[in-house]
Parts: sequence; structure tokens; C-alpha cells
Amino acid sequence: MPVAWVLILSSFLFSVGIYGVLARRNAVLVLMSIELMLNAANINFVVFNLLLHSISYIGQVFALFIITIAAAELGVGLAIVILIFRNRSTVSIDEVSLMKW
Amino acid sequence: MQQVVFGIVAALIVFAAVRLVTTRNLVHGALYLLAVLAGAAILFLLFLAEFVAWVQVLVYIGAVVVLLLFGLMLTRAPIGNMALDSQTRPLAAVVSLAIFGITSTIVWKTFKGQTVHFSKPNTVDTLGRAIFSQYVLPFEIVSVVLLAALVGAVVLARKEE
Amino acid sequence: MVTTLHHILANSIVLLALKLGILLLLLPATLVVGYVELKVMAHMQHRLGPMYAGAYHGWAQTLADGLKFIQKEDIMAAATDRTVFSMVPYITMLGAALTFVVIPFSRHGVIANLDIGLFYALAVSSISVIGVLAAGWASANKYSLMGGLRAAAQLIAYELPLVLAAAAVAMQAGSLSLVSIAEAQRYVPFALWAQPLGFLIFLAAATAEVSRTPFDMPVAEAEIITGAFTEYSAMKFAFGLFAAEYIAMIGMSALAATLFLGGYVPLLPQLRFVPGPVWFLIKTGLLIFLLIWIRWTFPRLREDQLQKFAWKVLIPLSLVNIFVTGALKLAHWT
Repeated sequence: MPVAWVLILSSFLFSVGIYGVLARRNAVLVLMSIELMLNAANINFVVFNLLLHSISYIGQVFALFIITIAAAELGVGLAIVILIFRNRSTVSIDEVSLMKW
Repeated sequence: MQQVVFGIVAALIVFAAVRLVTTRNLVHGALYLLAVLAGAAILFLLFLAEFVAWVQVLVYIGAVVVLLLFGLMLTRAPIGNMALDSQTRPLAAVVSLAIFGITSTIVWKTFKGQTVHFSKPNTVDTLGRAIFSQYVLPFEIVSVVLLAALVGAVVLARKEE
Repeated sequence: MVTTLHHILANSIVLLALKLGILLLLLPATLVVGYVELKVMAHMQHRLGPMYAGAYHGWAQTLADGLKFIQKEDIMAAATDRTVFSMVPYITMLGAALTFVVIPFSRHGVIANLDIGLFYALAVSSISVIGVLAAGWASANKYSLMGGLRAAAQLIAYELPLVLAAAAVAMQAGSLSLVSIAEAQRYVPFALWAQPLGFLIFLAAATAEVSRTPFDMPVAEAEIITGAFTEYSAMKFAFGLFAAEYIAMIGMSALAATLFLGGYVPLLPQLRFVPGPVWFLIKTGLLIFLLIWIRWTFPRLREDQLQKFAWKVLIPLSLVNIFVTGALKLAHWT
């Protein structure tokens, strides 16, 4: 199976994630799009590890680390979103622009 | 055979990802994310990374999606649709198309001929030995990062007394 | 011989289909366990229980209940989100039934003896949390939403002691494959010798994971009706809540029996003439009876008591258990 197909799938997922981060208004949806980007990177790592199948395990090990870091980042990100909601009663990122120029 | 499975799963992932960034119903968005994560787990199984696939199910599907749903419900996700997205939609579409174009062209030119060969999956045994011998330093650092995130989230979300 | 999913699929699709047919046995098993619960509950409360349906001590009671559910009207409020509402029973059923793919009924009697069988079983049991949350939200009912949030908080809080207790078993047996874990208990089951604390922690966490008393605040009848599943009727209720809860209970008991009591391994070498599956059924049945017994003996824990118990008691105990297991293993005492 050609590697290029999988890599194009993951770059598509990455760009859809970027669209989500830039275009969505709800902060939780932005966090979801970030997870989309991280998954695209994970797919890349795992398929590259397939090319180095028994020689090295770095791809899968790094994919595990990415999953861990993504979960940690999401926890802190959601804590921040909930704090913003408590203070401003909104999670729309357009409306939390108090410090914008 | 693997190509057929990959094709079906890729179609599912593409559909769910596009619906995730275009839907106006928040909880539907979380469930489309669930579909993308499940598709990624199937891909990991296909690419002989069994342990990573089940970690993806346990952590991402079992905890991250639950956390996102909690976040949505604690910030008043309405049961119907919400208003339209931000004004930057056309610009965002241009940027994401440009990035997709650039990365896929580079990838196509670099990896055009290479194919992968499927053999036996990695056992957890060898993966575990690799983590604890060769990559033990990143492992410890990731543990510290997790601890920091845990303490940070608890401190941030605590109500003032 | 330890194989993986790929080898199974490569061998024969037909064999796989036959093995998956074992899952069809889950529904009659649910009926049997439901009837046992009704009878045991009744006798513990000094009464008789179902006596009428089926003309001999009411054996067809749960069957009759199932038929009753089929002919009920499936009501959905106008404001419910129909797609998500209808999808929830599938998610909870999936989370409950997938565990049985790795549970060994005998030395070779598994659907797939995965290398990471234990990890797989724990991973798929965490899928049903999403079903509870989605049910609470899609019902368009603020009490269902609150019930769903509390239920999800309980489920994810008790996943940690479950996984940690299972990790101690994996350390003790030296493998994640459930067949190897059962074989490692050839001489003495883990519950009696090396993992007594782990057994108790796993049982407590498993009771909470299937939302049974004393941890059934999510579905407590007198308090929040049925919590997240209040708006569910007819087959969605019968399958998504009722059957899924019983199947999850059977799955958790089967997992605990394999991890701590030895699964299909006979308790004494002299009793080897009794076949493996019979031993497995005896041990699983014992644990199911224990769960039913506990349900009708203890009062229910309040939500904050429940969370305190998980985070402040069970998790430190399970971490101590892992530490002690590791130390004893290193010193070659076990």
C-alpha cells in the first residue's frame, strides 16, 4: 500500500484542523480542532514507524507521548475555558477580546 | 485487503472531520470527533500498532471525549443549533487549503514510490522494553508534565472560598 | 500459543463469525441473571419473588418482561435530539459486550487471545461513559442532564482504581494476555495469595463501573428516577440500560474471575475432571451472586461520599498495592 495515501490523509486532517481552529467561535470547538491536528500527527508517526518496522519503535513510542500530552493539554485548556465561562458567561472567542488592540 | 480497509476508514475520517468543522450543533461536533478518533484507532490497528490503538481508545475516546462533553455541558451547550461561525471563515478556508496543497505536494513528491509491507504486529513486550530502556528520559518528562497539568487543572477550576 | 487479531483474521473469516456467535449467548445469559437477581433479592427480603410467569417458580419472568418491552411505545419528547438519542443504546451495548472477545472460557476457548487482552478489556469498558453523557444531554430534560453528568463523573472516577488493580495483576502474572494470567494461577488463585487487596479494590471499582448499589446514585430510583435514562422507553430502555447493565455486570464478574480467581483453572488439581468452562461459570456465578448480595444489603452512597471514596481511599490503596506487588516480585517472594 503506498505510503503517500496515508500521508495525504493526515495532511488533509491537519488542514481541516487548522480551518477549525481559525473559523470556529466556540472555545471548546477550537480545542476539538486541536485534537484533530494532534491525531493527524499521530497517524503520521505510526505510518512512518511501519516503514521502520522492527528496526526502531520510535514512531509508536512518540505517538504514545503525543496522546499523553494531548490529554494533559486538553485538561488544562478546559479548565481555562470553564474559568472564562464563570467570569464572562460566554465561551465565544470573539467576545473575550478585552485585551485586543 | 489492507487498501480496501484503509479506503473505507479514510472516507469515514474525512467525512467526520469535515462535518466536525462545519456543524452548528456542539454535541454533534463532539460525536464527529469521536468518529475521527475511532477511525484513527482502526488505522493504528491496521498499521500494526496495537498498543497505541488501544491507548487511543482508552485515553482519547474514553477520557478526552468525555472531558470535552463535560466542558460543553458545563458551558451551556444548547440542544439545538448555534449561530454561525466567526467572520474569518473565508480567510481560514484559504489558509487551510494552502497548507493542504503545500504539504500534500511535498509528501507526494517525496514518498511517491514507497510502499509499506505488513507483517506481524509489535508486541507490548518489545514496545515496553523500548520505552523503559531507550526512551526512559522522555517518559519521565511526560510524567512530570502530566503531574503539572493535573495540579494546574485542579487549581484553576477550584471555586474561590 | 499467543496470537493477535491479524492472525485470527488471516486464518478464516468463517471461524471468526462462529466465534463471534458466542456473543449471541449474551442475551439469554442476561435473562437468566435477571431472573436470579429477582429471586435472590426476594429471598433475602423474606418473600418469594416471581412465581407466576412460566408455571414453575416464575422462570419466564424476565422473558415476559422483555416481550412486554417490545410492544411498548417509543416516546420521544419534541425537543430531544433524535439522532443522538437513538444512538445511545448502541454505544452502551458496545461498551458492555466487547469485553467478551478476550475472556477465556478454557485454555483455547477465547474468541481472540490478544497479546494485550487485559488492556483491551479495560479500554472497551470505558466506551460506555460516552453513552451515559449523550443520553443525559439528548433527553432535553435538565434532571437527565444532571444525572448524566454525575454518572459520567462516577464512571471516570472509578476507572482509575479498576485499571490500577488490573495493572498489579499484570505485574504479578508477567503478561497482559488473559490466558497467561489464568495459567499463572494454576496452583493458587491471586485473590487468596498475592493480590487480596487488589481483589477487593477491583470488586469495589467494578461495582461502581456498572452503577450498582452501593454506587448506583446515577440510576437511583427514589432520587433521580433513572437519571440520564429517564426519557427512554420501550426497546431503547430495555437494551440500552437494562440489558447493557446486566451484560456489563456479567463481563466485569467474568474479568474479575479470570484475573483474581483463576478463570477456567480448577481450584484443586484433584478436581481436574471437571471441565474448564464449568469452573469458569462457577467462579463467574459466584461473583455475580456476590454483586447481587451486596446490592440488597448495603445502602447507597451519596455522590460526594462516592467521589471521596474513589479519590481518597481506593486510588491510594491501589497505588500502595502496585508498589507492594512490585517490591515482592523483585524480592522473588511471590
